[in-house]
Amino acid sequence: MKKPEELQSEIKKLVTRRWFFKECSVGLGSIALASMLNDSVVAQIAGQTATTRPLAPKKPHFPGKAKRVIYLFQAGAPSQLDLFDYKPELVKYNGKPVPQDLVKGINYAFIKPDAGLYASEFKFAKHGKSGAEMSDALKYLPEVADDLTIIRSMITDAINHAPGQIFMNTGSVQFGRPSMGAWVTYGLGCETQDLPAFVVLSSAGGTSGGAGNWGCGFLPTIYQGVPFRRTGDPILSLSNPRGITREMQRQSLDTLKAINEHHLELTGDQEIATRINSFEMAYRMQESAPELMDLSKESPKTLEMYGATPGKASYANNCLLARRLIERGVRFVQLFHEAWDHHSEVVKGVKTQCQNTDQATAALIKDLKQRGLLEDTIVIWGGEFGRTPMVESDPDANRSMGRDHHNKAFTMFVAGGGFKPGITVGETDELGFNIAKDPVHVHDLHATVLHLLGFDHTKLTYRFQGRDFRLTDVHGILIENLLA
Amino acid sequence: MAKKIKLAFCLAAVSISGALLLNKTLLSTMAAQAKTVDYRRDIQPIFERNCYHCHGRKKASSQLRLDTKARAMKGGISGAVILPGKGRESRLMHRILGEDGEQRMPLGGESLKSEQIELIRKWIDEGAEWPEETPENGKTGEREAEDPPKHWAFVAPVRAPLPEVKKRDWVRTPVDNFILAEIEKNGLTPSPEAAKETLIRRLSLDLTGLPPTIKEIDEFVADSSPDAYENLVERLLASPHYGERWGRWWLDAARYADTNGFEKDLPRSIWPYRDWVIKAFNRDLPFDRFTIEQLAGDLLPNPTLDQLIATGFLRNSMRNEEGGVDPEQFRVEGLIDRVDAIGKAFLGLTVNCAQCHNHKFDPIAQKEYYQFYAFLNNDDEPEIEVPDEELLKKRREILSKSEAIESELIVKTPDLANRMAAWEEQMRYDERQWTVLDDATIYASFGVKFDKLEDGSFIPKGDNSTSNNYKITARTKLTNITGFRIEFMVDQTLPRNGPGRGTNGSFYVTEFSVDAAPMDQPAATAKIALTNPTTDFERPDFPVKNVIDGNLKTHWSSDAGAGRRNQDRKMVFATQQPTGYSNGTILNFQIAQKFDDVIKIGNVIPNIGRFRLSVTTAENPQADPLPTTVRRILAIDREKRTKQQQREVFSFYRTTVKEWSEANARIDGLMMNWPFGVTTLALSTHLTPRQTRIFKRGDWKRPGDAVQPGTPAVLHPFPSGAPRNRLGLAGWIVDKNNPLTSRVIVNRVWQQYFGTGLVTTPEDFGSRCDRPSNAELLDWLANEFMLPTWKEPGKGRVEAQDPPSASWSLKHIHRLIVNSAVYRQSSSAPPKLQEADPTNRLLAHAPRLRVDAEIIRDIALGASGLLSHKIGGPPVFPPIPDGVLNLSYGQPMKWETPKDEDRYRRALYTFWKRSIPYPSLLVFDAPNADFSCTRRIRSNTPLQALTTLNDQLFIEAAQALALRVFKEGGAGDRDKMIYAFRLCTGRRPDTFELQQLLGLLQDQQRYFSGRTAAAVYVSSADPNKLPEDVDLHQVASWTMVARVLLNMDETFTKE
Repeated sequence: MKKPEELQSEIKKLVTRRWFFKECSVGLGSIALASMLNDSVVAQIAGQTATTRPLAPKKPHFPGKAKRVIYLFQAGAPSQLDLFDYKPELVKYNGKPVPQDLVKGINYAFIKPDAGLYASEFKFAKHGKSGAEMSDALKYLPEVADDLTIIRSMITDAINHAPGQIFMNTGSVQFGRPSMGAWVTYGLGCETQDLPAFVVLSSAGGTSGGAGNWGCGFLPTIYQGVPFRRTGDPILSLSNPRGITREMQRQSLDTLKAINEHHLELTGDQEIATRINSFEMAYRMQESAPELMDLSKESPKTLEMYGATPGKASYANNCLLARRLIERGVRFVQLFHEAWDHHSEVVKGVKTQCQNTDQATAALIKDLKQRGLLEDTIVIWGGEFGRTPMVESDPDANRSMGRDHHNKAFTMFVAGGGFKPGITVGETDELGFNIAKDPVHVHDLHATVLHLLGFDHTKLTYRFQGRDFRLTDVHGILIENLLA
Repeated sequence: MAKKIKLAFCLAAVSISGALLLNKTLLSTMAAQAKTVDYRRDIQPIFERNCYHCHGRKKASSQLRLDTKARAMKGGISGAVILPGKGRESRLMHRILGEDGEQRMPLGGESLKSEQIELIRKWIDEGAEWPEETPENGKTGEREAEDPPKHWAFVAPVRAPLPEVKKRDWVRTPVDNFILAEIEKNGLTPSPEAAKETLIRRLSLDLTGLPPTIKEIDEFVADSSPDAYENLVERLLASPHYGERWGRWWLDAARYADTNGFEKDLPRSIWPYRDWVIKAFNRDLPFDRFTIEQLAGDLLPNPTLDQLIATGFLRNSMRNEEGGVDPEQFRVEGLIDRVDAIGKAFLGLTVNCAQCHNHKFDPIAQKEYYQFYAFLNNDDEPEIEVPDEELLKKRREILSKSEAIESELIVKTPDLANRMAAWEEQMRYDERQWTVLDDATIYASFGVKFDKLEDGSFIPKGDNSTSNNYKITARTKLTNITGFRIEFMVDQTLPRNGPGRGTNGSFYVTEFSVDAAPMDQPAATAKIALTNPTTDFERPDFPVKNVIDGNLKTHWSSDAGAGRRNQDRKMVFATQQPTGYSNGTILNFQIAQKFDDVIKIGNVIPNIGRFRLSVTTAENPQADPLPTTVRRILAIDREKRTKQQQREVFSFYRTTVKEWSEANARIDGLMMNWPFGVTTLALSTHLTPRQTRIFKRGDWKRPGDAVQPGTPAVLHPFPSGAPRNRLGLAGWIVDKNNPLTSRVIVNRVWQQYFGTGLVTTPEDFGSRCDRPSNAELLDWLANEFMLPTWKEPGKGRVEAQDPPSASWSLKHIHRLIVNSAVYRQSSSAPPKLQEADPTNRLLAHAPRLRVDAEIIRDIALGASGLLSHKIGGPPVFPPIPDGVLNLSYGQPMKWETPKDEDRYRRALYTFWKRSIPYPSLLVFDAPNADFSCTRRIRSNTPLQALTTLNDQLFIEAAQALALRVFKEGGAGDRDKMIYAFRLCTGRRPDTFELQQLLGLLQDQQRYFSGRTAAAVYVSSADPNKLPEDVDLHQVASWTMVARVLLNMDETFTKE
């Protein structure tokens, strides 16, 4: 029986690059591989090390406005009431017990349900043409107020840190699902051959969610976030052992390559070609990663703008690194700054963390803008949930004037990549307890970010356990009024 | 050609194993080329996945159903949709193509792939043959025709006769009949047998996870006896390392880890479970027993310690100890994880998909999910001790010595019975004076939450890393309250049974206070003055008066020393004035536990564990001085007490006799040395059964209807008369009528050998999975696993004979596979074969597979001679790169790398921290153990290359390999090189390889000559440890070569 031509060519593709079809199946199925029919393909692949790519770029479902993401994760959960969500009414009720009908049936992590209300001690003002409201804890962010899309009506499902962070990053409170960065690199591949596609940077403490925050879940391991280290080699085992020079490394790799190629010829196993490429890419990474990390090449003006100091690990350095990473084609950069869990002395805590992060966050947005990168780069800022309008005080725990975890309403902001700049979306009730207008659930934010990257969030799926999983689980609504 | 350029652009240096990336549709398409389109194989899966949802049993949009022949052929509202023989004209085709102005089907879903559409068209063109539903599927008659045939995996496997093959002399085990028949059907021929050197390495890696030694290779190659291979198989199956290799295979599914997960991710001791698994494999514990002991070892009659340890399978769930968590929420999540793990590990069934709603694809109702969950909802989670023989001996010695002292006292006291009777009379105590305050709520600092037990006691859960103050608010109608009592109670869920939360079960109390308010005026509180504190235990340095002295720096301690601290305690306080309001009283208690560094032990604070509060109106309230256990015995008539009970009473009585103080002190001294063993996490039954309710939309805060334990109706019935508990469930899982378990297990064994299972989705045998690549073989093996018929290999060729192996023997399945001709084939794939069967589903050649993460490391250590062969024991802490642990929440855990052989233990013993998995294993796709994993991904990335090139352990291996080659490798460079190459790959290098490697060696020798500093760095982490008779420059050169050898693709590949 004659095979239909179309099928014949598909089979040929499989013969030649068995992994390829799936790798590129998102949107790239149409890049036909009919060319791979000749017999010398093995030799071709083995010889292609100079031009091969780690995670080939892929086209999304439709042209997206954004091409990459920088996610500034403020772990520990910043107090929206002391930064963005101004509640004059709270002043009036300051110290009074929270109305019981509001908290009925809610289990708080730490406070008693009858805790008193606590008005912010910061002063609020409107900034920019957009009139974005921010507290005076923020000194620099007001300068980019008109570039921000502030969402005051975020809502999430979890009130404990580990599940909260895992939920914000993977769309599930249970461990084991792929993170947003993994989904995005799965969908888009990346533009660099010398660096990982999804890079994780951290400052302050270790995160509650741990490696699950940047995990790949059931997606192939290549989509996992690669944590860069604060000191020493940015990537584990990047440096050659002491005494081994780059030249010696090259010699070793040349021998290795010759032997592996020889074995490829004998066995015909394409996996060896991939292995050869992995070693070559590792070699290039050894050069490109230190160059990337070397902030001394940045102008003093830039360093000053970020408040970055070459060689010193900090949130500011990470913001600058984030820009350098995306400039080099990295698809998804996620910063974790775990320092916002202010159960006690929220004023002091917020001030300190603003000192540590405010300038660099604003600088990153400015810098991206001046380099023309902001328009196709999404910047996300926010924590895993918010904090209560009620005070947390417990002499036994040595806590006073703090705020507990709150999932019913909190603030995040996004910028660039097709988000509508200079708007504030959503409102909370007069006590800042519940959302009064335009709620944006974590799933909705995920859906909207994916949309800007060119994906229908219901169709960016991966089959596991017989089910087509997605970042937004079975939820998620595209929030149109966030879009430019 | 523009397309060609794009191609190069897309080639990824990073790929995933072919196995994972099978394009499923193409596979079935390919099959379709060889034969004609088969409805069952090719069409039904497409309909099932894409159409049944709207055109199936549950819903028949436009009255069209595509799940039964009669209905599909009849068509829908607008008539027939399938016109046999006329693909292009059939309405079904128009709809799936979205032609003729019709909306494309499936509505709202992704369109069918072009090859699927092509298949359907062809099927219709060929006459739309649709076999009748057969009785075998349980479907006959008119009524049943309404239902689609039952999904194959839900029907018990049937043992088919061995297929006839042409090349009969090729067949070694029945596996070969099935595989060869398919190979022949496709017009192919199997590959020749692999070289002996390849075979021994393949077998060793597969059965023990270790590379063979050169001696073993030489012996095998030289062994020309007809059963040399079979003997090798037997030797490896009998190796204690077999249990390590296949134990690790099971630990993936068991999600074994050494920490609790979540934010705090504190260490847990559950390695005795890991060792139990290793031992179970080594003794080939039949899989049905293996299952029953893991799921219900504690429910077996008179369970052994081993059977209790086995229940650790279920305890491998993560545990959230973050401050402020709701313990019930995470208890529920733990159960959800257990359902998931059982579903994956044993059933290959995605039961977990029915947590929020009825399963979308498989016939599992949400109610059935909670019925399944109900089996697991009735447990407590004790941490049991696993004492070894030595420890038990020490304990017996202590007991016999103290009994001897007691016996002396008894002997020299003739009037003992009278004296004890009088004492007993004096010790009368009216327990009825106490009223438990069960109308009470509790609040504690740092988000510690409590379970309230049926007896009115509270037990804290979650965070235990800080001092605390328990605040209890209770209501009582009693007036004239004269005293309060706190009872501290042992509980199996506390460390060493408690009653405290300290690592040894002890606790401290700093301050106890209470105020009262009238029920109708809760704010009008008044402090109640307390006096006359009494207790049943008091240390001179921590007297009970400390807890009402208003001083937060003085405490009471429960710690009575090693042998005595884990028992109930109590304290009683009298009120200075009788208390209580006529309309009822609100009592606000505070039990402060303020600790300093002296009291804190490690991460755990000795906070109070289980406790309850009571009040009395009796005069002069005092704490019962007798321990609860003794008090219980005294309630028994004296004549009816057993010898042991009498002795227990005496053991307490003697402590009250002043003149026996010297003897008492001697016994105390003995008891202070009471030894404790390691512990492990196990299961036991909760005292009172918990009611299981359906959670609406899966939300634990929205309980719905109550359900009883039960199993999904689609599968075989729950055995009548079996208990509706975990034991019954385990029996049901390994019931020979269960269509899933045996298939799922043999499939995973197959997957381990061939990279891909006969069913490609081992975690899902439901209706969304692909048809098995060789369904008859899968079913034959599944039957053979339960009811073996094949005789294990004796001499030469193997024939089916009696007597068969034992039921449920995994080693039996291993023998069937590794002795087969299929397994023994060469792995090289000529282009023709690759083209005919690109994904090697037919297995006309052996697969070539990168080995698992652990084995990569074990090969490096094995080749270099560093590997320790020690089996079992606590997890170890091999070198970990600096800074890695800083990513953890809070203080980085201590990771003290040993200098002894524990530095080089097999990878499966590496301490597994869930939030920071060991980097060099994670990078090679070791599962992170957050949840059950039954299929590892096999990736290929530059980060892996960096690891094997530069990670400290791999460098140490290269250095050790260089030295080893020097010592053992012979005289010249050439001999040494051959030796080194054999250590890494098991074979001799060919001329090209040898030439390349010797070239590199010469380059390095040239480089290092005169560069002593560099030579020092490269040759050893500690040059002082180098033997004196070696030239440092030479060792350095050889280290460079060894590093290349350890990084060759072949070194970490099963050829």
